[in-house]
Amino acid sequence: MATATFRIWRGDANEGNFVDYETEVSEGMVVLDVVHKIQAEQANDLAVRWNCKAGKCGSCSAEVNGNPKLMCMTRLNDIPLDAPVTIEPMHAFPPIKDLVTDVSWNFEVKKKIKPFKPRPPDAEDGTWRMAQEDIDRVQEFRKCIECYLCQDVCHVLREHDLHDKFIGPRFFVYAAALEMHPLDTENRLEDLKDTDGIGYCNITKCCTKVCPEHITITDNAIIPLKERVVDQFYDPIKKLFRIFRPQK
Amino acid sequence: MVQYETHEYDVLVIGAGGAGLRAAIEASAAGVSVGLVCKSLLGKAHTVMAEGGVAAALANVDERDGWRVHFADTMRGGQYLNSWRMAELHAKEAPDRVHELEAWGALFDRTQDGRILQRNFGGHQYPRLAHVGDRTGLEMIRVLQDHGIHQGVDVHMECTVISLLKSDGRVVGAFGYEREKGRFKVFSAKAVVLATGGVGKAYKITSNSWEYTGDGHSLAYHAGAELIDMEFVQFHPTGMVWPPSVRGILVTEGVRGEGGILTNSEGQRFMFDHIPELYENQTSDDPEEGWRYTQGDRDARRPPELLTRDHVARCIVREVQEGRGSPHGGVFLDISWISEKISGAEEHIRRKLPSMYHQFMQLADIDITKEPMEVGPTTHYIMGGIRVDADSQMTSVPGLFAGGECGAGLHGANRLGGNSLSDLLVFGKRAGEYAAQFAKENGAGKVDEAEIETVASWGLKPFDNAAGENPFQIQYDLQDMMQDLVGIARSDEGLNNARGEIQKLTERSDQAGVVGNREYNPGWHTALDLHHMLTISEAIALAALERRASIGAHSRDDYPEKEEPGAGKYNTVVRKSGDGEMEVSREPIPEIREDLQAVIEEMG
Repeated sequence: MATATFRIWRGDANEGNFVDYETEVSEGMVVLDVVHKIQAEQANDLAVRWNCKAGKCGSCSAEVNGNPKLMCMTRLNDIPLDAPVTIEPMHAFPPIKDLVTDVSWNFEVKKKIKPFKPRPPDAEDGTWRMAQEDIDRVQEFRKCIECYLCQDVCHVLREHDLHDKFIGPRFFVYAAALEMHPLDTENRLEDLKDTDGIGYCNITKCCTKVCPEHITITDNAIIPLKERVVDQFYDPIKKLFRIFRPQK
Repeated sequence: MVQYETHEYDVLVIGAGGAGLRAAIEASAAGVSVGLVCKSLLGKAHTVMAEGGVAAALANVDERDGWRVHFADTMRGGQYLNSWRMAELHAKEAPDRVHELEAWGALFDRTQDGRILQRNFGGHQYPRLAHVGDRTGLEMIRVLQDHGIHQGVDVHMECTVISLLKSDGRVVGAFGYEREKGRFKVFSAKAVVLATGGVGKAYKITSNSWEYTGDGHSLAYHAGAELIDMEFVQFHPTGMVWPPSVRGILVTEGVRGEGGILTNSEGQRFMFDHIPELYENQTSDDPEEGWRYTQGDRDARRPPELLTRDHVARCIVREVQEGRGSPHGGVFLDISWISEKISGAEEHIRRKLPSMYHQFMQLADIDITKEPMEVGPTTHYIMGGIRVDADSQMTSVPGLFAGGECGAGLHGANRLGGNSLSDLLVFGKRAGEYAAQFAKENGAGKVDEAEIETVASWGLKPFDNAAGENPFQIQYDLQDMMQDLVGIARSDEGLNNARGEIQKLTERSDQAGVVGNREYNPGWHTALDLHHMLTISEAIALAALERRASIGAHSRDDYPEKEEPGAGKYNTVVRKSGDGEMEVSREPIPEIREDLQAVIEEMG
């Protein structure tokens, strides 16, 4: 059985450093398996978040050799093992311990987005009718597993630290899922423009590249939302129209 | 004096998967204050893994469906050991619970006329599972989460409860720790709902994550509640078997629902070899009829791949044991063959089973549109659990409720696929509703300081023993032992050995040691989880010894008959005796109501 070296960030909210662990690796292993093996055999207190181990829950996000990844879906076959493999926590969030970061900000952001508000039911029995074509594009956004890798890689959050002015790609996807929901009647455009900071996104598409669910975040969610915001607030003809007939 | 934070609620819900979230939403709607404790981050619980769909007799695809058929299917699947009252409530209320999710924003796949689409699944007579591709669980937990966060519920993420608190014979709260700093929390509550899910982590090969250590079962048992039918552990027939690191990860039954077939190393469709008597009239005679069934032919009967999970799992084990397995000790599950039947099959498979396609491509280098998968049984679900009142979900301990997987009764000896997502909605709601009612009718109890001190010092004990045994090693040894001795094939000898081993492992776990401090320390968490895992392992072994028959998910090599002569239909009941020992007894299942018996007979 081959051995390889894993350089794992160990530390807490105040300080930390990389520690090298050498361990045996075998066919089919993913990075999360290695972390668990090291945890069980060499460092019982090595902190890591995980749940499903099948790419469905979005818990085990980290940076492997500098790339934002789900550790459970990153196979060792795809990484060169002749040099130490670095595993470190996401950079866009404060560290808690080892590979675990404080992602609570994301939960607060979500709570501030106006919730789903459906139109009255279509049928007498209280149900709705929707065509599959009309829900296909929203279903893409609803594949999101909330791993926050898109948040981690977004330079507005990662480099500029604008967490109080910008909700990040995950929540533009969330807002798009609500805005484009065939039954929804709420309007979130003013919030998107003012408090959610959609204008800060300059479409570098880093988020789309790292999404493990392959959601086309920029093209399908953020750009259409930007267009709707422009349409409502910056279209000169519509603006004139509003001056004479103010809308609610 | 031990340090802890205190939180007070009318209703405390422990567990934030589908059942816990649904209970919290309902309790909050009843106007009481609600705390929700989850072991992981919100939205990560095991509900997220559910793939195939939620069973509800909406009759959108086949108008012959209705609650009576769903009820009869559930009872037949459970070998009539189910709580008939729960099966009745479940079949009647599931459609409303699904429609309610749509009102909260869920987007299920649609029929041509714009209603919720339904698919075939094992043991369900008609297409009954509302679904979203093969990620139904994600859709459901996200909708419940996104709706729930606006209902005024106080959420405690990454917090683990290690003991319930009791006073004057009723539950008055719970004691736990938060993971980040390892600080203790005391929750004082007028009513507590357990919604902690399953026990899969006691086994080596499982579809369950680290969280599923039987916490709710064990908390309830130690608080004096009864556990029933713990021997019925569901081994899902199709888990991944290769590579080793993904062994046990679930392959949805939806693959078979879409026409996937099981074959052995000789290329035979072995599921045709043996059809159980209960299902003879409902199963197709030849592959062609089975295929037509999966494609919606209303006159065709189901292919044998869609028989109940207990049966399919046993057939797979038989093939492997008799030397007809796949290279890595499973059998083949093939969906790619449908290209013989339909054009554009590859695209069809990717659209219908996107996450399965993704999972095999990424983890096993297998393109399921072109080649078969290798699959084998994996520990998936426990039908047994905390005994509850069918209507209110209250346990035998006043003020303590249970819903979802940790509650028991609905599924009898075997659960049908799709019936757990509906179970957690129907009985999660009921648990929340009746817990709120209990809270309104009963004042707050008094939390006993001495009890807190005792639990806290027990919780910190592993730190006094840094040189003690590695808790992960004890867990591995438990998992190996349960897999070998209390797995799919059981016997008196194996189960008695298992009880001896559990005793030894319990002694070892008392000596487990922890390195490091209390901050986010998985070694410590595992040392504490061992207590729950060992409790439920013993309950499973003891109940399995008591049922000297092979029925549903419980198979005994030494008692192959379905019923013990003269024993009648009974539940096994596990409880803590006066001297603190675990004891098991049998209790006859109450006679079914006449009108429900008539429904079963009518459905053949």
